[in-house]
Amino acid sequence: MTDTLTDTASGTGREPGYPIDRSPHCPFSPPAGLRALQSTAPLRKVRLWDGSGAWLVTRYAELRTLAADPRISSDILRPGYPHVSLGSLERARRQTSFIVMDDPAHARLRRLVTAPFTVRRIQALRPAVQELVDELIDTMLAGPCPTDLVREFALPLPSLVICRLLGVPYADHAFFQRHSAALLNRDSAERATEAQRILTDYLDGLVAEKLVRPTDDLLSVLATEQVAPGLLERRDLTAIAMLLLVAGHETTANMIALGTLALLRHPDQLDALRATDDPARVAGAVEELLRHLTIVQTGLRRVALADIEIAGQVIRAGEAVILAIDAANHDATAFTEPDRLDLGRDARRHVAFGYGVHQCLGQQLARMELQVVYSTLYRRIPTLRLAADPAGLPYKHDSIVYGVHELPVAW
Amino acid sequence: MRVTLHQDKCVASGQCVLAAQEVFDQRDEDGVAVLLDDSPPAGAHDDVRHAAAVCPALAITLAES
Repeated sequence: MTDTLTDTASGTGREPGYPIDRSPHCPFSPPAGLRALQSTAPLRKVRLWDGSGAWLVTRYAELRTLAADPRISSDILRPGYPHVSLGSLERARRQTSFIVMDDPAHARLRRLVTAPFTVRRIQALRPAVQELVDELIDTMLAGPCPTDLVREFALPLPSLVICRLLGVPYADHAFFQRHSAALLNRDSAERATEAQRILTDYLDGLVAEKLVRPTDDLLSVLATEQVAPGLLERRDLTAIAMLLLVAGHETTANMIALGTLALLRHPDQLDALRATDDPARVAGAVEELLRHLTIVQTGLRRVALADIEIAGQVIRAGEAVILAIDAANHDATAFTEPDRLDLGRDARRHVAFGYGVHQCLGQQLARMELQVVYSTLYRRIPTLRLAADPAGLPYKHDSIVYGVHELPVAW
Repeated sequence: MRVTLHQDKCVASGQCVLAAQEVFDQRDEDGVAVLLDDSPPAGAHDDVRHAAAVCPALAITLAES
């Protein structure tokens, strides 16, 4: 059977809307409605916020196949691309980074910034990250109890790390954390567009400064070695800086806070994690938490460049495709009892960092930060507990990246 | 087992190094994967198969004998 979007574009209105709201009683699993779609077919048509249609891919095998298919484009400026919200296209016309480009432009720009993110370079940062984690815990313990783990720990850690790596002054953290969060919010296009303008101006100023007074950081290296000799346009470096700054702290921060919440809700798993001295078990726990929580909740956005036959369907050239990595990571054909958090399982095949040539550039950094956090925080504070009703927590339903705005904890 | 690494496809995710450190490494200048051993010992085969399976760029191909 083949079925295409155009067959129903005339408006039977039968396609379910996407994204789908999460159940308030089930804060960790993908929305029940998404699982229902997954149970009917590997991919099916959905309706987006602007009334346009898209193929939503929810099963692991098909998602991986499509994510690695060169006929699937990430070009946000291409007609048919499924924009995540109002204002997305307008923002893309002003500034695009390689995450929303295709090869060869994507490969050229990505390769400029891969060196600091290798396994070896990231491992070399581990002692410094351990020190930061210990300092933040010391400060938190010396302060009032209860407190907000997001503000005191989960957000400052990745923010400090990415600031050092890029060469962004951490003193400005309140400023760029606020605007980064606004940029990822789906509900306020005006605010997101304003945040883009403010952050672009800020980072462009920073790049200008690095050109004149370079220091020992990634933006200085790229400014002096790429922008100064004319190999890279200054606006492209600003776009890269924006991508790395926003991605570098919003994602890991949400994994720290939401991961802590998930562990506090699974005390047996938390006890086992706290008891182990084995780095491989901690690393395995990180992979399982990445899989289980899959915080990127609005799917990876793509558009087909050619007709693609898959799972008995035909995705037509020009049609929108959304790769629901949260659903794929909870696909029972890929992971046994997918809704169960099991820190002992081998979850390394998860697609929480995406799949294909766009797979997360900072994944080794994220892994290392999470390994240090998950092996330190609950040991240093063995009595750590939630200081609020979990049902009443401010979950980030409105953001591209899921998490909690606040996590009140006590000890 | 013969391992082939297509460096032109590599996106420097580091997944292969995590999976099979004795068989894969990364270039310092850009993180592109380097093959250390194109016919790894039997004890490493599972890790190498895992590396090939998780490579996001499909840059590792295996010929099993």
